[in-house]
Amino acid sequence: MSEHWPIIRMTLNGVDRSVQTPPMKRLLDVLREDLRLTGTKEGCGEGECGSCSVRMDGELVNSCLVPVLQAEGAVIQTVEGLAANDKLHPLQEAFLKCGGAQCGICTPGMLMAAAQLIERNPHPGMAEIREGLAGNLCRCTGFMRIFESVIAAAAEAPESAMERVPNAR
Amino acid sequence: MRGNAESHQLIAPGNLASVLNLLAAEPGAWTPIAGGTEIMVAHAAGKLTAPKLVSLWGIADLRFIDVKPESIAIGAGATFVDLRRHALIAEELPLLAKASTWIGSIANQSRATLGGNLVNGSPAADSSPALLAYDAEIEMISVRGHRRIPYHEFHTGYKRNALALDELLYAVHLPRRFARHRQYLRKVGTRRAMAISKVALAATVLVDDRAGYGIINEVRLGAASLAAFPARLYQTENLLLGQRITRDTIAAAREAIVAEAQPIDDIRSTAEYRRRVAANLLEEFLLEVSREERSMKDTHP
Amino acid sequence: MSTTATTRIVGAPVPRKEGVDKLVGRAQYVDDIERDGMWHGATVRSTIPRGIIRSVSFDPCIDWSEFTIVTAADVPGKNHIQLIVADQPCLAEGQVNHCDEAILLLAHPDKHKLLDAVRAVKIEYDPLPAVLSIEESEKQDPVILGEDNIIKSFLLEKGDVDSVWATAAHIVEGEYRTGAQEHLYIENNGMIAEWSAENGITVWGSLQCPYYVHKTLRAVFDLPDEKVRVIQTETGGAFGGKEDYPSTLGAHAGLLAMKSGHVVKMIYDRMEDLAATTKRHPSRVRHRTAVDKDGKLLAMEIDLATDGGAYSTLSSTVLSRATLHSCGPYVCPNIRVSSHAWATNTIPYGAFRGFGAPQAIFAIERHMDEIAAVLGIDPVELRRRNFLHDGDRNLTDQLMREPVILDQLLDHALAESDYFAKRERYARENAASAVKRGIGIAAFYHGSGFTGSGELYLNSLAGVDVTADGKVRVLVSNTEFGQGTNTILTQIAAEALNLDFSDVMMAPADTAHIPNSGPTVASRTSMVVGRLVERASLQLITMLREYAGLGEHPAREEFFAACERYRATHGKVESLCRYEAPPGIYWDDKKYHGEAYPAYAWAIYVAQVVVDTVTYSAEVEDFWAVQEVGRVLHPVLAKGQIEGGVAQGIGYALYEKVVWQNGHMANNQMTNYIMPTAADVPPIHVFFEEIPFRYGGYGAKGIGELPHDGPAPAILNAIRDATGVEFDTIPLLPEDLFTQLSALQAPAQRVHPPAVEPAVL
Repeated sequence: MSEHWPIIRMTLNGVDRSVQTPPMKRLLDVLREDLRLTGTKEGCGEGECGSCSVRMDGELVNSCLVPVLQAEGAVIQTVEGLAANDKLHPLQEAFLKCGGAQCGICTPGMLMAAAQLIERNPHPGMAEIREGLAGNLCRCTGFMRIFESVIAAAAEAPESAMERVPNAR
Repeated sequence: MRGNAESHQLIAPGNLASVLNLLAAEPGAWTPIAGGTEIMVAHAAGKLTAPKLVSLWGIADLRFIDVKPESIAIGAGATFVDLRRHALIAEELPLLAKASTWIGSIANQSRATLGGNLVNGSPAADSSPALLAYDAEIEMISVRGHRRIPYHEFHTGYKRNALALDELLYAVHLPRRFARHRQYLRKVGTRRAMAISKVALAATVLVDDRAGYGIINEVRLGAASLAAFPARLYQTENLLLGQRITRDTIAAAREAIVAEAQPIDDIRSTAEYRRRVAANLLEEFLLEVSREERSMKDTHP
Repeated sequence: MSTTATTRIVGAPVPRKEGVDKLVGRAQYVDDIERDGMWHGATVRSTIPRGIIRSVSFDPCIDWSEFTIVTAADVPGKNHIQLIVADQPCLAEGQVNHCDEAILLLAHPDKHKLLDAVRAVKIEYDPLPAVLSIEESEKQDPVILGEDNIIKSFLLEKGDVDSVWATAAHIVEGEYRTGAQEHLYIENNGMIAEWSAENGITVWGSLQCPYYVHKTLRAVFDLPDEKVRVIQTETGGAFGGKEDYPSTLGAHAGLLAMKSGHVVKMIYDRMEDLAATTKRHPSRVRHRTAVDKDGKLLAMEIDLATDGGAYSTLSSTVLSRATLHSCGPYVCPNIRVSSHAWATNTIPYGAFRGFGAPQAIFAIERHMDEIAAVLGIDPVELRRRNFLHDGDRNLTDQLMREPVILDQLLDHALAESDYFAKRERYARENAASAVKRGIGIAAFYHGSGFTGSGELYLNSLAGVDVTADGKVRVLVSNTEFGQGTNTILTQIAAEALNLDFSDVMMAPADTAHIPNSGPTVASRTSMVVGRLVERASLQLITMLREYAGLGEHPAREEFFAACERYRATHGKVESLCRYEAPPGIYWDDKKYHGEAYPAYAWAIYVAQVVVDTVTYSAEVEDFWAVQEVGRVLHPVLAKGQIEGGVAQGIGYALYEKVVWQNGHMANNQMTNYIMPTAADVPPIHVFFEEIPFRYGGYGAKGIGELPHDGPAPAILNAIRDATGVEFDTIPLLPEDLFTQLSALQAPAQRVHPPAVEPAVL
C-alpha cells in the first residue's frame, strides 16, 4: 500500500466504501480484491464478454475497462446488491424458474444487464432484449432460457419492485 | 491482466482549463483518457506504454450536445448513449444515431465517447463514416484557443491526426442541412453486435428532381476499413456528381469504388472481400435512391 | 425399474440445486478463492512449433532469487500427463513440439512481477521443420511422431464394398472439411495447489474429471492414492475443454507449490487460454458412395482423417467416435471406413462436445444432400429410403433392439418447420431477391456412454450415503459445470428413496470423499451414473428393510429413523453400486464390430437460413431441434442443453474460426474469435420424444453432446438450398461464400443481378 495512492470513495450496493489503490487499477480488480466482492467476474479483460458488468451511476459498464479513479463518487451496484436481504430480485427468481443460469459464470453480468434493461424499459420486446443483452456472452444456454427469464421477470414484477434497486439518476 | 496499474500515473483535475494547462506545460507527456474503452483494453493486454494519463471523464465542459439553428455541436466527452438518447440527433442525423448503436455493446456505449472514437483513429471507427457523410467539422482546443478543421482533414495517417501535442479534441460540429438528403449507412461486421467493422459505408446524396431529371447534386461517401483511416471517397463522388442513376452509372460507380478503395488483408477479413462488398453497398444505396426517386415521381407527377 | 411409472421429482422442473448461489454471486469459482500467503504461477511457453531447446537464460534485470523456477528436471515422478498414451510431457524437456508448449514455470507472490519475469526468460531454439496440416503429416517427411505420424488408425469393414462399384447406378464422391473450434467457456482454466510432505498434493480447480487429474498427479509426483487430493471448484463452463487440460495445469500448479513451499494459484487469462489449451480436432472426410437408381445406399467408402496435434492425448478415442458416427443413421450393407489421426506440430487437440461425431456427421449429412442432388431426389425422401429401423443393423452390425423412430421425428420436424412449403416458396422468391432463403435438414444419432467395452473398463462405483443430521448425499465423481449434474442426480436419488428434493444434496466433488464413478464426458452422466445412483438408492431401501426394520411405504421421518438404527449397528449408512453392462453387449475392439454403444439418441434438425448477397453473410433465421433421448429427467435443463448445443453448432458452422500463423493461434482474443451473441442466435424450437431406455437412470439416455452434431450440416444444406452452390468446409465465413459465389460471376458484377432495374428518371 502506497501513501501517494488516492483514496477513492464510492457507494457500493447502498453502502459507502473507500479504498486506497493505484488509480489505474481496474474497478473489476478493486471490487474483487480490495473489496472482496467476487460476484463480478473476469472472462476476457477486453470488454467483450460482459461478465464483469456492473451498474455505475445508473448506466451499465464493463468494470474491466474502468480505471478506479473514474469511479470516485460513483454509485455502483454489483450482483451482490440485487437481492434485498434474503429476498431474491424478480430477475433472480425468474432465472431460477426458467433455467437462465447453467454454469453461472456469465450470470452476475447478465443479471446486471437485464436489470438495467427492464428498469429503463419495463416491457421490452424481443429485439430490445436481444440488444440489451448482446454485450453479455453466454456459452452454455444459447440465450433462449435467458430471454424467457427476462420476459417472465418483466411480466411478473410490479413497477415498485424495480424501485428497490439503487440508482443514482 | 497483463498491465501493471502501479506503472501508470492517472490524475483527474476535473476541469477543462486544468487539463489544457497540463498539456501546455508538458506537451506529449500526458495521455488523455475519457471512457477508457480503448486504453483499458491495451492496459489489460500489457500494451499500454503511456506512463502518465489525465482523465477527461466527468468534465462537464466536454460532455454536451448543443443544438443551434444551423448546426449541432457535440462535445468530445459525449458518450454514445448520450447520442442515442438525443431526439434531435435521431431525427436530423439518423446515420449518427444508428452508428451509436453499433459501438460495442450497451456497456461500451455508456463509456465510449465520440472524441475517443475519433482520436483513437482506427480505420474501422464506427462513428467516422457518418461524420464524413455529414460534412462534420472538428473543433480543437488548447491554451492557445480554439480552431476548426473539416473532419475529413482530421486523420492524417494510420492512427495519426491533426491534433497538436497540447491540443484536445473539443467538439464535433454537424450542419443541420441534411433533411432532404437521401441517407445510407451500413456496417458489415463479424456478427450483429460487438463487431469490429470489416467495411462500412455512409452516404448522403441530394438529388435534384426538378424537371423530373433526378440529377445527383451533392454526394458524400464516407467509408471505414477501406484505407489507413476513415476517409471520403472523392473519386467515386466526382464520378457520381451531376449524373442520373442508371445501370451504367451504377456500373461505373462500382468500378470507381473498387479502384479507389485501398483495403488490406487482416485478421478479420480480406482486401478482395472488402472491395467487393464496398461496391455492393454503394450499388444497394444507389438502387434505393433510384427507387425512392421513382416512387416519388410516380406519386408527384 | 420404474422407467414408465409416474414420478414426482424426476421429470419435474425443480430448481437447479446450486442455482441460488450462482444467482446471488456466492458461488466460488477458483479465482474467487484467496488463501493466506498465496503465490501466483505463470508459464513460459514455446514460440516456435518444433525445435530443440538450445539455451534458457534469465535476464539479470530481474531478481530471480525472489522467484521459484520449475523445469522438467524438478518433476519427482514421471514427466508425463497420463491419458491413454503417456507421450505428452508435463514440461518440455529438450525439445518443443508445438507453439505455446509449456517449458518452464515461475512463481512469485506478486502477479505483476511475475509477468515481467516471464518476459525476461530468453529461450533459444534450433528450429526443426514443422508439420502444420493433415496433408503435410501424410507426406511423412518429416516424421514427428512414431514411425509414420499416425497417432491412431481404424479400419471398419462390413460386407464387400469393392464388389459394388462396377454395377451401381450412381457413384457420388465428396470431400468435407471442418476446422478447429475453441470451447470458449467464459471461465478460463485455473488451479490452486498446495503441497506438504505430510499430506502430499491437493489441488482445487475448474475441471470435469477429478480422477483424471488425480491419476496424473500420482504419476507426476510419484505419490500413493491417499496423498493426492483433487477438489473441483464451481466450474464456469467446460464442454470437454476441461476434461484433460486440468491435469496439466494441476501438475504445473502442484510443482510450483512443492518447490516454493507456498500455496500457488495459476489462472490463465483469455489470451493464454485461447492460445495454449485444447480445441476440437480439425477433420477431412472423403466419401465415395454407391447408390441404386432409387437412392438406396449400396456401398460407402469413407476416408476419415483428423488432425491430432503434437501428442496423442485423446485423439484415438475421438477418432473412434468419429469412425462410429461416419455412416449416418442409415442402412448400408457394404461399408469401409478407414480412419487416421495424424500428428502435427500444433497444440494437441482434445475433447469437445461431440468428440468426433460433429466432424463425421457434418460430412455424411452434407454428402446425403449431394447424393440427392445428383439423383434428382428430394433430400428428405432420400433419407427416408435409407433410415435405420427397429431390427436393422448399423455399420458395426449392431442390431437395433431399441425402437428407432426417425420417420416420426422427421415428420414432426417437417411439420413444425413447415419445411416443404418454405422450400417451395424460397425457390420461387429467391431469384428476384438480393436476400436468399434456404431450408435444410440433418438426421443423426449420438451414441451414449463410452464405446464398446469402455464402461466396463471404467468400472464405475457410485452411490449414496446418509449423514447424521438427516441429509442424503449422492456420492459420485461426476461434476457440475452447468449441464445439471447436481440437479438430475439428486432428483434420481430423491425419487428412488421417496424423499423430498431438498433432502438430497451432492457430496463435495473431492476425491477424498467420493468414489470414482468415471469422468463427466461422453453423455454418460444421466444414463450410466444416473442408473448407478438409482440402483444404489433402491439398494439402500433394501438394506434398511433388512437390517433396520424399514416398513413398506415409509414416510420421510421413518426413513431417517431407520437410517439412524442402521448407523447404530453398522457405523455408517452408505450404499454403493458398481457398473453392470446391459445384457448382450458384445464388442470386438479389433474389428470394430458389435454393440458400439448401449443406447443411441436420435435426432432430426432443421435450419432456416438467410444469405445476403450484398454482404455474403449467412445467418440462421430459425431452427428446429427434434430428438428422442430416452426419459427427459428435467424439462428445463434438457431444453437448455439442446439450445446451448445448437448455439455452439451455429458458431461452429458460421462464426468460429481459429486463425493459425505458423502453428500459433493468431486470433487469441475474444474480439477476434467470434461466437454468436444474443443478437445473433435464432429462435431455437426444441421438441422431445421419450422412449425410456431400461438401463439408463430412470430411463434416460445421453443428451449433452447430441445437439452439437446436427446444426452445421443442416445449416450448410440450407445454404445450398438458398444459393444452389455446394459448400463443403466449415467454418463458412462471408469471405468464403464470397470467394465461391464470385468465382461463378464476372468480377465487376454483383453475383446476383439486382432485382429491380434502376429507374431511369
